This record gives sequence, C-alpha cells and structure tokens, in this order.
Amino acid sequence: MENLQLVLPEIFLSLSIMFLLILGVFKKNSSRLVQSLSLAVLIVTAVITFNETIGINETKLFNNSIIIDYLSSLMKIITLLAAFLVLVISSNYLKTFQIFKIEYPILILSSVLGMMVMINSNDLIVFYMGLELQSLALYVLATFNRDQIKSSEAGLKYFVLSALSSGLLLYGCSLIYGFTGSTNFNVIADQLNSNEYALTFGIVFILVGLAFKISAVPFHMWAPDVYEGSPTSVTLFFTMVPKIAALTVFIRFLYVPFLNLIDQWQMILIFLSIASMLFGAIAAIGQTNLKRLVAYSSIGHVGYALAGVAAGTNDGIQSSVIYIIIYILMNLGLFSCLLMLKRDNNYYEKIDDLSGLSKNHPMLALSLLIILFSLAGIPPLAGFFAKFYVFKAVIEQSMYFLAIVGLLSTVVAAFYYLRLIKIMYFDEQKEKYDTDHGFWLKFSLTASTLLILIYFIFPSQLIEVVSRINII
Amino acid sequence: MIDISLGHYLTLGAVIFSIGIIGIFLNRKNIIVILMSIELILLAVNINLVSFSIYLGDLSGQVFTLFILTVAAAEAAIGLAIIVVYFRNSGTIRVEEIDKLKG
Repeated sequence: MENLQLVLPEIFLSLSIMFLLILGVFKKNSSRLVQSLSLAVLIVTAVITFNETIGINETKLFNNSIIIDYLSSLMKIITLLAAFLVLVISSNYLKTFQIFKIEYPILILSSVLGMMVMINSNDLIVFYMGLELQSLALYVLATFNRDQIKSSEAGLKYFVLSALSSGLLLYGCSLIYGFTGSTNFNVIADQLNSNEYALTFGIVFILVGLAFKISAVPFHMWAPDVYEGSPTSVTLFFTMVPKIAALTVFIRFLYVPFLNLIDQWQMILIFLSIASMLFGAIAAIGQTNLKRLVAYSSIGHVGYALAGVAAGTNDGIQSSVIYIIIYILMNLGLFSCLLMLKRDNNYYEKIDDLSGLSKNHPMLALSLLIILFSLAGIPPLAGFFAKFYVFKAVIEQSMYFLAIVGLLSTVVAAFYYLRLIKIMYFDEQKEKYDTDHGFWLKFSLTASTLLILIYFIFPSQLIEVVSRINII
Repeated sequence: MIDISLGHYLTLGAVIFSIGIIGIFLNRKNIIVILMSIELILLAVNINLVSFSIYLGDLSGQVFTLFILTVAAAEAAIGLAIIVVYFRNSGTIRVEEIDKLKG
C-alpha cells in the first residue's frame, strides 16, 4: 500500500480545483469568492506540504515514478508561496481591465498543480504530464485579456513555440526510452552504458525543450513578446513561478539519470548559461518598454542560475536554488512597483513613465532603487549574495571562463539598471500616479524590499534552508 | 521482400519529425498549417515510442503514447481556441501579419 499522505498536497489541490470550478460555474458573480478560496487553498497546500513531507527522507511512490525528498518539498513550498503572492497582488489590475473572472485563479491553481507534478517526477511520463498541465494553463493565461490584440498575439506565439518545444522534448524522451528500455529515471541511470551517442542525442533534445521553458538563449525568442503582450499580472507569474519548477526539473533530470554523462551535458549547460548571461545583458540596453526589459533581465538571471547547475556539485545546485529564491523576491518587488504605476484606470509600462518618479513618490522610487541595485548585483543587497554564491561554486570547480563572462555581463547589465535609476531621480517629473493601492500590493513591495535590504545581516538562514539539498 | 526492422520505423519517425519542424519554420501563410505541423511532430514521437515498445517488449512506451495522444487533443483544442480569439481581434491569421509585438 502506497503512503498516500505524501501526495496529499497534490490530491488536495486537484480536488480543490474541481470544486472551485463547479462552484464558480453554478454560483453567479462568484469571482471574488473563488479568488479568496483559491488563496486559502494555496496556503493550505503549502502547510500540508510543510507538515507531511519536509522532514522525511527520500521516498519513492507509485512504482518509483514519483519522488518526495527535501528538494521537491522545498521547491513546492516556494512555488505555492510565489503563486499566492502573484494571485493576491493581481486582483486590482484584473478589475481595472474587467478580466476579474473565476477562471483566472483556477488556471493559476492548475498550472501550479502541473508544476508540483513536474517537481515530484521521477519518470519521463509523469514529468511530461506535469509539464503539459502547466503549459496548457499558461497558454490560456497569456491570452487572458482576450479582447486585446496584444494579449491574444502573446498567447498565440507562446502556444506555437511552447508546443514546438514540447515536441522536441518528447522526441528526446522517445530516444532515451528506446535506448535504455525504461522511462524511470533510476533505471535509466543504470542502463547508461548501452549506447552513449543515441543517449546524448536524447539529452540534447530534452535540454532544448527545457531551455525553451526556462527561456535560456538561444531558445528565448518567445520571452520578450509574450512578457510584453500578456497582462502584467500574468507576466509576473511567468517570470517567477514556472522558472522554479523548470529549474528543479533541470537539476533532477541532469543529476539523477545522467550524472555519469556529465561530460556530455556540462558543455551544453555552460554554453546556455554564457549565452543567456551575455544576451540578457546586451539586448536589454535598447528597450523602451519595462516589461520587455524585465524579459531580457530574466533571461540574464536564468543564465546565472544555470551556471550554478553547470558546476556539477551540491554546492552549485544549492547556489542556484538560492539564486532563484532571491530572484523571485526581487522580481516580486519590481512588479509591485510596475503595478503601482497607475493613473486614471490606466497602467503605465514605458521606461519614460518612470521619469522624475522620485519627486512625486519618494518612497516608491526608493524601493525601486533598492530593487534595481539588487538586480544589478551591488553589495550589500541580496542580489549580490545570490551572484556571489553562484560564482563561488563555479570557481571552486575551476570553471574560470564561465565566472569571468558572468562577471563581465553583470557589469554590462548594471548599465541598464542604473539608467532606470537615473531616469527616476534626475529626469523631469511627470504627473502624479494614484496612491490608493491595495494592502497586499504595498505589503509585497515593502516585504520584498526589506528582505533584500536586510538579507546581509542574517544570510545563514537561507543557506541553512538549502544546505539540506543533497542530490549527488 | 525486405524485412521491416526497427531502423525503418525510426527513419520514418525522423522523417515525419523533420517535416513537422520544417513546416513550422518555412510556413509563412497560415497558422492552421503550424497546428498541423505540431500534430505531425507528436505523431512522429508516437511512431518512435510504439516501435521501441514492440522492439523492447516493454509496455510503458505504448502507455506513454496514449498519454501523448490525449495531451495532443487537449493542445489542439486550446490552440484552435487561441487562434479564434486572435482572428476576432485582428481579422487575419496570416503568419507574416502577426507582428504587433516587436522590439
């Protein structure tokens, strides 16, 4: 008999999704109710995950197709909390555009369920089903403002490119299945010696598919368009939550079945990482739209997180998990600022709209300043430490080239972050923005800014949390 | 008569897969063709999986195929819905005219 308690979070979440869907359909005007219940569901699921699975040793369920260990529990809790914050700060934005419907929280819940399945997966079939559940919900979310041409075009582009990447990934899965005789990660690991060339082929296809999902160069071309076109609250979701699951799958997939082929995939990962860091830094310079700029900056940050994975050690994995946690925090702050740039029922997302922000809204400008400094990696803010851990892990493996390129691209990236600060503080001031923001928007901005600011006082807390991740 | 071996099936899969990929990138006319190309890619994967499954005498490849078929149906449904929404807004589904987002 399987120990079903360990998959209780997934069971609870999927039952809640079905219940909320029925409730939303049968009860008129229930979008507010569904929204609050979804928030409660996310919190309860996080609590269940914390109670049931965080302390236990590595356990495999359902013919070894699902793995519950510290990494999966930690990443699931982070995913759930990030989704909670996204959902809670997006309600005002949705109301402004009159897209505050029951489907929005339900779609977010289903994509979160897909991510949890992905994080748990120890088998190619389970992994693929999770990935598709996540992406199918995300296609619809990108198109959510369906009367606006930009949003529908974003959804269309995301759909085509994401379906293509799923196809590539599946082709890789079929090759790996064919040449190892199993879809289970552990069995694959035992069968590795059989046919190395064909397996490398399969790994390359799967890495291409995963790189699409995490928007690493050279498979990033969808990210700027989709991030710009989707509603801002959905962009926030895109930049934060799917990256956590995709990074976990990167770690799990490379380090469980293919650890012995590290020579084959390490070069690919280093290339992805270097290309993303450089491209993210250089391409962002000429942008005029803030959401597009965030897209390029997220491509760059994914590059740093992948550098940690490329190191091939536990330290490297831990550093990239820390990186993604801090990156999520910074992005949350950045988007809270973006959602505050609102005047007369209109949201502003051009870089020019920031000009002279410091004169009208000194506190908002100060928080944005802290967040941008942290994104640029300036000490003593959290973003500096995130980069520091990654580079430390990389240099310990004597991968100096990767570290040098990473540091250089940080310098280039600092240019456009600092330009934003210059526009905020030294350019002509414009009209005032509204100041009547919801409690949660203010809360998320304050909390993320404070955490970024005071991280250097107790960095050991976060290090302790991730130090129990033990893959190799 | 030649015997049809695993290699033949894999070649067939690879050819259909390549037709799918080329169809996505060379097509400048119609989005529906892209949807068909995606479907081709998934079917190529299914051919691969089923032939591997027969060759290995292992059922999980065929189970995988059934899952892929289901997901492909769901994906096509969502894709068509998105195309309808896009057509309502822009009045066209020509690939070269989908260029509102640029930069």
